[in-house]
Formats: sequence, structure tokens, C-alpha cells
Amino acid sequence: MQAHQRMLDPTPNGQHSGKSPLLRTIGLTKRYGDFIANDCIDIEIWPREIHALLGENGAGKSTLVKAIYGLIQPSAGEIHWQGHRIALSGPSEARSRGIGMVFQHFSLFDNLTVAENVALGLDGKESFKDMSARLEQVSKTYGLPLNPRREVWQLSVGERQRIEIVRALMQDPKFLILDEPTAVLTPQEADQLFIVLERLKAEGRAILYISHKLEEVKRLCDTATILRGGRKVETCNPRLETAASLARMMVGGEVKEVKAASGRKTTVPRLVVNDLSLAPAEAHGVRLEHISFELKGGEIFGIAGVAGNGQDELFAALSGERLAKDPGTVLIEGIAAGHLSITQRRKLGAAFVPEERLGHGTAPRMKLSENALLTGHAASGMVHRGFIDTAATLRTVDRATETFDVRKAKRDPEAASLSGGNLQKFIVGREILRNPAVLVVSQPTWGVDAGAAAVIRQALLDLATAGAAVLVTSQDLDELAEIADRIAVMFHGKLSAPLSARDASREKLGLLMGGSSLEPKEIAHAAGA
Amino acid sequence: MQLVLEKRAERSDTIALVSPLIAIGLTIVTMVILFAILGKNPLLALHAYFIAPLTDGYSLQEIAVKATPLVMIAIGLSLCYLANAWNIGAEGQFLIGAVAGSWIAVKTQGTDAGAWVLPAMLGLAAASGALYALIPAICKVKFGASEILTSLMLVYVADLFLDYLVRGPWRDPHGFNFPTTAEFDPVATVPLLIEGGRLHLGSIIALLVVAAAAILLGRTIKGFEIRVVGAAPRAARFGGFNANQLIILTFAVSGALAGLAGIIEVAGPVGHLQPGISPGYGFTAIIVAFLGRLNPLGILIAGLFLALTFIGGEQAQIAMKIPLDVTKVFQGILLFYVLACDSLILYRFRLEFPNRQVARGAG
Repeated sequence: MQAHQRMLDPTPNGQHSGKSPLLRTIGLTKRYGDFIANDCIDIEIWPREIHALLGENGAGKSTLVKAIYGLIQPSAGEIHWQGHRIALSGPSEARSRGIGMVFQHFSLFDNLTVAENVALGLDGKESFKDMSARLEQVSKTYGLPLNPRREVWQLSVGERQRIEIVRALMQDPKFLILDEPTAVLTPQEADQLFIVLERLKAEGRAILYISHKLEEVKRLCDTATILRGGRKVETCNPRLETAASLARMMVGGEVKEVKAASGRKTTVPRLVVNDLSLAPAEAHGVRLEHISFELKGGEIFGIAGVAGNGQDELFAALSGERLAKDPGTVLIEGIAAGHLSITQRRKLGAAFVPEERLGHGTAPRMKLSENALLTGHAASGMVHRGFIDTAATLRTVDRATETFDVRKAKRDPEAASLSGGNLQKFIVGREILRNPAVLVVSQPTWGVDAGAAAVIRQALLDLATAGAAVLVTSQDLDELAEIADRIAVMFHGKLSAPLSARDASREKLGLLMGGSSLEPKEIAHAAGA
Repeated sequence: MQLVLEKRAERSDTIALVSPLIAIGLTIVTMVILFAILGKNPLLALHAYFIAPLTDGYSLQEIAVKATPLVMIAIGLSLCYLANAWNIGAEGQFLIGAVAGSWIAVKTQGTDAGAWVLPAMLGLAAASGALYALIPAICKVKFGASEILTSLMLVYVADLFLDYLVRGPWRDPHGFNFPTTAEFDPVATVPLLIEGGRLHLGSIIALLVVAAAAILLGRTIKGFEIRVVGAAPRAARFGGFNANQLIILTFAVSGALAGLAGIIEVAGPVGHLQPGISPGYGFTAIIVAFLGRLNPLGILIAGLFLALTFIGGEQAQIAMKIPLDVTKVFQGILLFYVLACDSLILYRFRLEFPNRQVARGAG
């Protein structure tokens, strides 16, 4: 580490005795029009500290870190860095002061190599060769192995995250912000990341760790600041709290328990997939390979896996947004449907909820009634001889609103004006009200507040109890453990043998998510379950 | 203090209505400056453009006559644009419609062909316009060729084809070598609504087209399909709607309407086929479509307004020697402002007063 001092002086800038926080915000406020995203937030980050930022979606976590990283200008309040008040002109100034950030959504170019991607993110005073060498060295030092010459599209999500982390570390930050870093990792990959973070902490750096996984925070973090509705609720030591007490602070009340009705009966197969293989639709997409499973009425089947392992492709093949060559690869209610359009599949009794709420599940700038028509036009009596029955579409909106507690400002607003949780409740409600025989749902509670998530999970359980077959794709293992009867894992376009929910420990699922296979006896055990 | 452009939570219906008026206002301000630079009295020029044409019956009829093709073409274009299909070649489809319809008129000239001639001309013109519009649509769907470029290039093909016909095979033998066909027979002419006036049956057809489009877009599942494919393509596919089929359909409909407008113009106000039958109706209709908010009723109003600028431009040229090209400048500026003002439907301006300046460079 010749030229680059890795070990930091824990008392920077000559403030030897007087301990002062590395970063401090005082009354930080950010307004968007009438909406206050951050309301007078005070936070202190000390060197050698892993500081958790907890909160539900929309609590203001992203706004706060964007202000600290210089991506947005606060409307009021102060940011102090190493004891001096600063105003950041942008992320490059933040980086030059020693603030680094790893985003949840990576900004990488698929067709460039690892080294080229890193070079694009740096300020570029050293030669490409020196930079590559340094990249390799940093990645080795921290146990984040990376081959600088590989192109990004060949890498797994975990490896892509490594690029972002190494890119941030190459600037030798004193303070590193990580936005939900474990959301895309297997449990084992997450464990490796924690070792790296502990090491960064030991070097005297500070880390701001955004998450909503409470167990993780209790295990890793020294301090936790909890935000709710744009305000700071509390700063506490998470190790002295229980997961339940942290959840209460985040939600501001008790979270409803989801209850499965006992004695759900398994009946006839309603969704069968037979040896489904499908070439990727676009460059660097995932090829589906020999996927087979059978889903009976009354059953919830969970598909786990790290994002980008073919879940989107499987959803498209099941929904009919992409057609299979062989009609027999997908059977809905016993009828070969591989060649049928999404509308025809809906007429057979299937319903679909995609991962992306805005732009896929709904047209964002259209009214809810029009979005009810979007999936209801085929089979819900909303269209007579080509003419739209507006009253019928509004009835669907009203029923979904009532049954699933959708909160909105007026009777029929634009989809984009609803919060994530309320829009998701509407979308799930819209499909469930059609009484589907088969419901295929992708990431049902992604980015949804705890209250809405409980409503949605309960709705899925109730639908299964009523006899429907429910297929849930999720990256949230806790969610699958809560509602699924069987769980399989998707990896590189292949689906593992299903495990019964009782046998599907985090460790086993984690191994499958990382591409390892289980011992033969375990699979045999699972198959017999 | 700084001016911030921020996203609205929900689209503003008020601005959606007012935006064209703001755009017209800004255009007029710009034109006043332009007239002043040209050394013309801006007030007199504005009077010639916008007031004088409204003061006599002949001009009023002429506005309706000019608005007829604009509205018909713009309705078709609005269907394309709503579905995210960019037909820029309505001018070409207009000319092909005019040529195809004229073929029947030329071939039946001087014969005792009966009342079937005009309906046949209208039908053939619409079919030809549709077919001509299908060329870029199919190239788009099959090969991914940009429909903007192909539809635009086909305008010049149509223009030169018409030119060839009236200078060659279809030239009127008694026409003193002018590049024009003979005057169409009465059975091949669009009837007038007022004896001795200018208003013709085409204007009624244009009104019917507006009404049909309003019902299509507001009440039918096909209209919903058109809107959702344009507004959210991925959601539309999820809804089971096929974007490629809609590109074909909307191009065909807009081509048919442009072709119909073409033959109505030739068999109506012009009376024979000749080069220069269109002062750029197919292009001006793009402005009409956007100024009218891609909404049938809005297009009707916008069409009348732009027709006014054509008539006003002619009057300003006669009265004040302002070049006719200034009309095109006016229309271009107007489109620019309309598109700019439209951003205010989804965004709004706000003045932001950040707290006092903070010392930089600390730390």
C-alpha cells in the first residue's frame, strides 16, 4: 500500500483529544413541493462506527443519504464534516472529501470490463494500467476477488456489487454509505460482506448502512437511527433492542401477524410447467433451462433466488408476454397454454402480478379505473361489443379499495399518485377480485410498507385457502418462509427441486441461491416431503 | 434564489387545457418582435393575420375550407402519435390519395359515367393513402426501420410522382402546356354546400371524422388500446395489446384520412390535379395535432386556428408585403412553444430560496 495510506488516523485534522463526529447533520430538511421528505433530521456518524439507517419505504432514508452524498441540495439545515460546516456541490466533491457511496441499483455498463467500469467512476488522473493494478490490489486486500478483464454482463449480481464496493474503496473513503447492500445477496454472500465491513470499521472508517432487515442490523451495527415519515424517531443501540421493538419504531405500531388457515386442502394441479426452455429475448438475458413443476389448488409455491437468475424470464413465459414454441410446456387448468397470449391465459383463469408496479403492472399516468380495464378487459364484463363499461371499471376500483384498504386522495386517481404499498394493494386486489384459479405473482411486497405487506400476504394465503394455486417469486426468504408451502430456488435459468417449507432452512436456500447443489439425500428427503 | 422545475404528483388538467393558449400567446409575442425587425407595424400585421380574416364571409368560408384537410389529417396523425407511432409523411399520403382519386376522374373525363364516380374516387383515395402509409409501418414492424425517416422520405417520392403525371401522361392537351389535368367533370367534383360559395361537402366529412375519433378514443376498447400502447408500452403488452398491430392499424387509418383529404382538396376547391395542391397541409397537420392536445375536439379548434394563419398570411402579404414564408415561421414557432409548454402538464416551476450561503472549502 505504498502511496495509498489505508490505515486512517482516527483523530483526523489535528483534533486530538476533543472527540467530534466525522459527519453530523443539524436540522436537515428537504422539501419537494408541499411534501417534506426529510424534516429536521439530526444524525451523528463517528469514526469506527457502523451506523444503521432504518425505516420503511418512503421514510426518507434515500433522501437523507442523497443529501449527504451531494446528489441533492437540502432545503434547510446544515451538514458538518469533520467539525466544519460544508455545502456539497455534487457527488464528486463528496468523493474528494472522503465520502463514498454504493447504490442499491448499480450503475455499470454491461459491455465494458470491470476495470473500464471502475475507470469511468474515478476522476482519472492515473494511467489505466496503474489503475487496473491498484484495482486488483484493493480487491485482494479486502477479500473481494474480481477479475478486471471480465465484462460485466458475465458477472453475478454479487460480483457486480463487489465492483461498486471496490470502486468506492479505491478512493480511500473515510465514510462509506451502503444502500440495502444485502437485498441482492445470498445469505452466504451477505456473511462475506459483513466481514469486509467489520474490517473497514477496524481501519477507522465509518459506515452508514441502510437496511430494513432487522436481524442483520442487530448483528452488524453499533448504532441505529430510525426514520419514519421523514422524521427521526430514535437513535439507539440496536444490540440492546429486539427485532420487534425496532419494527415498532419503524412502523409506529404493531405489525399484524399473517395467519394461514389450517387444513388447506391440496386438490387438482392447476398450473403445470413441463420441461420449459426458452432462449433469452435480449442480449445478456437469461436462458430458461428445463424448468418443470406442478402446482395444485390450495398451494403456495415459492421461488427464491438472487435477482437476474431468470425469474423475469419465467414470469414472461408463464404470463404469455413471451410465447413458448411447444404449447405443452405450460398447462393452465389442464389446458396446453404455452402458445396462448396473455389475454387467452387470463380467460383460462390465470392472473398475473408483475414485479414492476409502475409501467408494467399499471400505466402510471392513467386512472385506476383504466388500469382495472388493463387486465380486466378480457374476462370481467367491462367491455360490451367493443365499448367500455366505465361504471363496471369504477366498480372494480371501489371493490379493490374496500376489500384491500387502498388509500388514495380521490375515487379514481392516476396510478402514479398512489404510494407503493397502496398501488400494490390495488394491483393484487384487481387480480384477486377476478377469482383466479392460478395467480402468478412476482415480488409481491417489494418496496412496500409493513402494513401493506401484511395485507398482501394475507390476501395470497386467503386466495390459496379458497382453492387457487399461487406461485410467488421473491427475493425475501422471510416472506417465502411465512407463506409458501414449498420453495424452489432459481439459479442461472434452472429451477432446483422444491423443498418443503419446513426443510428449507436459510442455509440450504442460500447454498442453492449461490449455485451449489444439495446432498442427494437432502433432495430425496425434500421430494418425499 | 433559483428557479426549480419539479415533477407534479399528478398531471395538471388545467395546464393541459391552458398550455396551447400560453403557447399561442408566446408565439404572438415572438411574432411582434419579428415584425418589428422586418420593419412592419406589428399591430397592423397582427390585425391582418388574426382579425381581418374573421371580418368577412368569404374569408370565413375560406378558413373552413383550409381547416378541412388540416383537421382530417391531424385526426389520423393524433391516433398514430397517441400510439407512439410517428407518421411524419401525411403530406405524401395526401398527395397519393389525390393522385389515385384523380385517376378515376381523368379516365372518366368526358364520358357519361354516373354518380358512382365521386364515391369511387373517395374510396380509392382513402385505400391508396392507407397502402402508401403501410410502407413505413411494415418496414418498422418487420425490419425496425425508423418510421420517422421512411414516412418522411416517401413524401418526396409522392411529390415527384404527381409532378411526372401532370407534366406527362395526364397533362391537359388543351392546357397551353401548363402542368395540370383538365378540369374534372361535375360528377367527379365535391359538391358545394352554399351555391356560389366555397364551403363544400368535405367539411361535413371532416366533422364526422372528428366525432368518430372522439367516440373511438373515449368510449371503445380499441381507443383505450391506442392510448395505453403509447403511454406505457410494457403495461400495454401486459394488458395483452399488440403494439405492432397498432402501428399497422394507426398508420393505415391516418394514411386513409390523409388520402381522403387529398382527393377532397383536388376534387373540391382546386378542381383539377396540379403540382402545389398542398401548401404543406400534411406537415401543418402535425402542429394541429399537437396544438389540439391529440384530442379530437382540440384538433378541430386548432385546425381552424391554423387555417386562420394561412388566410391571414395571404392577407398580410397582399396588404403589407409580408412574405408568405412568415406564415411557416409562425407555425414552426408555434409548434416549438406548444411542445415546450406541454412540459408544464407534468412539471411545474417553483422559486426556491435556499438558506444563506454556506462557506465552502471547510474541512
